[in-house]
Amino acid sequence: MEGVAALALSGVDKRFGAVHANRAIDLSVAPGSIHGIVGENGAGKSTLMGVVYGYYRPDAGSIRVDGTPVDIASPQDAIRAGIGMVHQHFMLVETFTVLENILLGAEGGALLARGEIEAREGLARLMAEYALDVDLDARVADLDVGAQQRVEILKALWRGARILILDEPTAVLTPQETDRLFALLAKWRAQGRTVVLITHKLREILAITDRVTVMRRGAVVATLETARTSQDELAELMVGRRVLLRVDKRAAVPGAEILRAENLRHVDVRGVERLRGVSFAVHAGEIVGIAGVSGNGQSELVETLAGLKPLAGGTIVYKGARLGPPGTADAARAVRHAHIAHVPEDRLRMGLIASFAARESAILGYHEDGELGPGPFLDPDATRRRTARLMAAFDVRPPLPDLRSGSFSGGNQQKIVLGREIDRDPDLLIVGQPTRGVDIGAIEFIHRRLVALRDAGKAILLVSCELDEILSLADRILVMFDGRIAGELPRAGADEKHLGLLMAGSAAA
Amino acid sequence: MTGDLPRWVDLGLLPLANLAAALLISSLVVLAIGIDPRAALAILVHGAVGYPEAWGYTLYYATNFVFTGLAVAVAFHAGLFNIGGEGQAYVAGLGATLVCLGLDALPGFVVVPLAILAAAAFGAAWGAIPGWLQARRGSHVVITTIMFNFLAAALMTYLLSNVLLDPTYGSPETRRFAPHATMWTFSELAARLGFQAPRSPLNAATLLALAAAAFVWVYVWRTRAGYALRTVGASEQAARYAGIDPARTVIVAMAISGALAGLMPVNEVMGSQQRMVLAFTGGYGFVGIAVALMGRNHPVGVCLAALLFGALYQGGSDLAFEISTINRDLVIVIQGLVILFCGALENMFRPALAAFFSRAKAPA
Repeated sequence: MEGVAALALSGVDKRFGAVHANRAIDLSVAPGSIHGIVGENGAGKSTLMGVVYGYYRPDAGSIRVDGTPVDIASPQDAIRAGIGMVHQHFMLVETFTVLENILLGAEGGALLARGEIEAREGLARLMAEYALDVDLDARVADLDVGAQQRVEILKALWRGARILILDEPTAVLTPQETDRLFALLAKWRAQGRTVVLITHKLREILAITDRVTVMRRGAVVATLETARTSQDELAELMVGRRVLLRVDKRAAVPGAEILRAENLRHVDVRGVERLRGVSFAVHAGEIVGIAGVSGNGQSELVETLAGLKPLAGGTIVYKGARLGPPGTADAARAVRHAHIAHVPEDRLRMGLIASFAARESAILGYHEDGELGPGPFLDPDATRRRTARLMAAFDVRPPLPDLRSGSFSGGNQQKIVLGREIDRDPDLLIVGQPTRGVDIGAIEFIHRRLVALRDAGKAILLVSCELDEILSLADRILVMFDGRIAGELPRAGADEKHLGLLMAGSAAA
Repeated sequence: MTGDLPRWVDLGLLPLANLAAALLISSLVVLAIGIDPRAALAILVHGAVGYPEAWGYTLYYATNFVFTGLAVAVAFHAGLFNIGGEGQAYVAGLGATLVCLGLDALPGFVVVPLAILAAAAFGAAWGAIPGWLQARRGSHVVITTIMFNFLAAALMTYLLSNVLLDPTYGSPETRRFAPHATMWTFSELAARLGFQAPRSPLNAATLLALAAAAFVWVYVWRTRAGYALRTVGASEQAARYAGIDPARTVIVAMAISGALAGLMPVNEVMGSQQRMVLAFTGGYGFVGIAVALMGRNHPVGVCLAALLFGALYQGGSDLAFEISTINRDLVIVIQGLVILFCGALENMFRPALAAFFSRAKAPA
């Protein structure tokens, strides 16, 4: 690395109460490079970037941009210093047009007209230069996520960003959209600009970055030349021990049909048809994976199967008999009594209750169980015993049944939910986004438990937006697009490109 | 993590800090009309707990607040803000009165329990209707319970001035209940046990209030139904996931809440007045909101907060009696300040305390 660093942090330290989020961070990003930052959830990546972008004041340490010390007290200061940020959750006003969103906060006067004319010219130039085509007059709500992300990038460019920070930019993209984004970043690098890429996907780090910094528990553990490292090395650095990234599993031995969905349709409260005739089957002893960009009907599919949302048409056949209509007051209970377990994708809103003790979250859905107390009463000791058993079986740390559910890490919360559902020996497990917000060590554990359940002859329906997860777990893959099954592939015949085309709705795959 | 406080701070220090702030501002008000706040405070405290009759009145007032405070607390755990305690208690008074007047041919050990049940049932019904309206029709219970307070007031005024009116007496109130159809007063109980107790409206309803507090604790934290109630209160989505019917739970919670508020006339009508008078609820239902807030919606906290408000009511009336320049309105101002600081502004000191305690803990 020669010359002055585009962005240099030295000794950045930040505490939130008792949490030491960043410990004396030193980081140097070379100009004209793509610098990756990896680390598990809670490693301090987002806090660090929040410090750089002016959301938080560091307790100690300094920031230099192109060698000049800068005092960044707010995002305005960061923008002035030439730093732009694209958040994981877009900061766009959905009801505004693209142009209005880009001008927001940079209107250039009390009257919009003049700023708008200037902006149109400048933006046209930027869009041509970077192959960033978006319709400036389209409403943001009408754009797909890939286009919304381009709006965010355009917004940062328009404000003169020379250093662009991207926080988990590929979480919502199809593989093709990801390729497109990376091509853009490469072009940017060729022009001498600088990119900081925060991600948890190690493959992307290897594909695009020049150097990579690994964070663990608030500290930098290593900065490496990307060309001289590997996924396994990075994973080990992130977790602090060796991890098995691939799931070893035997070929599936599918048995009898357990679940058959026939032409399922669902219309949401706003009258939008979310499921438009979905049909498929799941057999005992196999994992059927449902891939797709989030928002294409997967959540609705899971929730109708679990009894939570009503069907506008179609039937659900379970073990040869029709299941009662979902969406009624008793449906979820009936589904559970039929030995169908459901690990919901929204863990914190549905899977458990953050303010409850773990022992209370661990009986969610099963509070009527006879063994938990006499008659109408719940015996806290009985729930504590059950939870302690689950925690031991699923390696939940810390194993404290009386600790508040919200105080556990994402991975341990998920183990509580998964443990609770698997413990009932279900014949069918419906699981949505099992490893969202879960650290690598726990991902490994959760994947192994799912495969073990399959090997025990149970049927599993897995919905995930992580293609890697689908590819490593599923025996058959269905791709959802726009409320329909866009295609089905056996695991052996599936590759990322093929899946990506299906996910993007190109039926010609 | 920054919002978490040690338990003793959250439950002890914070309410005390709020109370101190309220008393401080009250002192300034008292000072402004030319009275030594220390003397006023001394009279207030003496009036609340300084002599046996004072204790009787304080506990009697506290009993009303326990019932209405518990009503708010139970609804709160189901995620509902029941501000209709006033109306529920008012209508419950009708239930108690109908039994006490209509069935007073029956012996006391029959008519009194029946009247208590009738009070609870009438209160439950008056609470369950807004619950039903929210659960099935989407009308927010805050709005409907307010409206039901007005409905209750109009209904009771009509009944008391046209139907239940004692014609031999000039004001809108019923005839006096037969002596056996009332709650035992504390002085009666004491006399039976062979000792002398000062005369006060304190009666057996206070024991019922303690039983109600115990019931609430068991119900909310030790039963399956209470688990369902808290689940609905924490996350309706999680409840639906768990197979709990949120609509049913909301209706049941509002019924229980209404029943608890409905026990208030057992103290006020059957115990103290021994007849039903116009507007006997006197705002106790609304103060119950502050009691529940200050008591952190926990039965023990509600009982302690009710005791504080009972003392303020009793000490306040002594204060108005002793110092002629302090009238009833000023006492209400002081009570209002306590409600303001302990209820509406209850979190005012929280950020400062949280910062202090996280600093104290951090250098580890």
